[in-house]
Amino acid sequence: MSAVFQPIVNLGYWLWGLLTTVTVAIFGNEIAPYVLYGVNILLLIVCIVAPLMLSVAYLTLWERKVIGWIQLRIGPNRVGPMGLLQPIADGVKLMVKEIIVPSGANKLLFVVAPILAIMPALAAWAVVPFDPEMVLANIDASLLYIMAITSMGVYGVIIAGWASNSKYAFLGAMRSAAQIVSYEIAMGFALVGVLMAAQSLNLVEIVRGQQSEFGVFGWFWIPLFPLFLTYLIAGVAETNRAPFDVAEGESEIVAGFHVEYSGMTFAVFFLAEYANMILVSFLCALMFLGGWLSPFPASWGVLGASSFLWLLVKAFLVVSSFLWFRATFPRYRYDQIMRLGWKVFIPVTLVWILVLGAWMQTPLWIWWKS
Amino acid sequence: MIDKISGFFRTFLLFELVKGMMLTGRYMFKRKITVQFPEEKTPQSHRFRGLHALRRYPNGEERCIACKLCEAVCPALAITIESEQRDDGTRRTSRYDIDLTKCIFCGFCEESCPVDSIVETRIFEYHGEKRGDLIYTKPMLLSIGDAYEEQIAKDRAADARYR
Repeated sequence: MSAVFQPIVNLGYWLWGLLTTVTVAIFGNEIAPYVLYGVNILLLIVCIVAPLMLSVAYLTLWERKVIGWIQLRIGPNRVGPMGLLQPIADGVKLMVKEIIVPSGANKLLFVVAPILAIMPALAAWAVVPFDPEMVLANIDASLLYIMAITSMGVYGVIIAGWASNSKYAFLGAMRSAAQIVSYEIAMGFALVGVLMAAQSLNLVEIVRGQQSEFGVFGWFWIPLFPLFLTYLIAGVAETNRAPFDVAEGESEIVAGFHVEYSGMTFAVFFLAEYANMILVSFLCALMFLGGWLSPFPASWGVLGASSFLWLLVKAFLVVSSFLWFRATFPRYRYDQIMRLGWKVFIPVTLVWILVLGAWMQTPLWIWWKS
Repeated sequence: MIDKISGFFRTFLLFELVKGMMLTGRYMFKRKITVQFPEEKTPQSHRFRGLHALRRYPNGEERCIACKLCEAVCPALAITIESEQRDDGTRRTSRYDIDLTKCIFCGFCEESCPVDSIVETRIFEYHGEKRGDLIYTKPMLLSIGDAYEEQIAKDRAADARYR
């Protein structure tokens, strides 16, 4: 495999060498390292964000296809072969549409809100490891960082709802705020379980902690099964996806917090929602499903080798299950959401953390880092 | 009591949710029933009520005798008829308009017609591009009848024994 990529890698090194020479020639030996450092980080960011945006675009198509199939339809198939150009057509449509600012709206906050929504959705990707080596910032507290950054996404929603000066938008924002605050707690407890089991807050270490001779059974979804489910469901709620999409609730409050948004401002909210969905599935795959580890024994050659592709496959399965949930379950009533969050998830996670603590004191615990 | 406990576990262990997901999962792989419209069309009944037409007798004489029963029965008041005596002494329509923006395609005009003159055809893919385009006049209706007479006659024949 590496032999195939060798020319590309060589080309990359050559281009980087060229860039270094040019930078040194322009800025001199003193400043050039700083400039190069900045350029390097920028390039890495592009390497993460560009594929992410592409996968967001195609996730929308995949969602429409899957939901169509479940409803005995065939989904979009008119734009390009099998509808493959549909996301591009949608993107062009959104970009050329007018951005309407309602007359009573707070203009500044109205425009800032979508930016606040997408900023954390992209920033969280800085610490997501794709491979033991492929990670933009391999910081020790990456789990904490993710918790902190993803919680900030709710500000975009609240500000959007308030700045629109519309009752539906405001109701949607209130619902979203209450929901995200409630589910954050259960999600946090689920992550506490992960950090106990992995003995680390570093995502690379968490995946490494799941590496054992037991293969699939060495991954954390076995000992942390209730927490895994809680995290998955809380993740659906955090990203405001069906059946927890009361913040949008098109049958009750039109479109919730983004009623007044059109064109590109709406598209940015859309991108943020789907980027968050992909982020939650990646985290799920990393923390509970063994990340880049292969489900097959190492003796199986290419299939048994741990690789970036395994992480992609797992995240894809998780994200597809999000679509499956959406096609299956009707929307929760608002008080039911609150009851589920406070009276089911928080007790369940607390109890399982206790069980986990006790379990780890016994020889029955086989998930110690090897 | 037992019911309550088993109900609790069925909910708490996501038994019912998984059951629902298995159902939708099965549907995902079922045969799709989408009809891809411009290329594929659904079968139509011979009683299909689409665009109207005025028919003629085989000798070319128009059937309509201006009895105005259709105008009277039309619940949407979409039909307007004016009549006068023709040179040969018969009563004929000088104006026969159907406003298709008013028409509700109930088929009463067709049923009330004593000479099977006004009929509804199987045509449903028509449109107007400006105001007034959907007010069909007598020559337009007659020309539809001329163009589709074969199909119209066949549909009438198929339905004749139920009338």
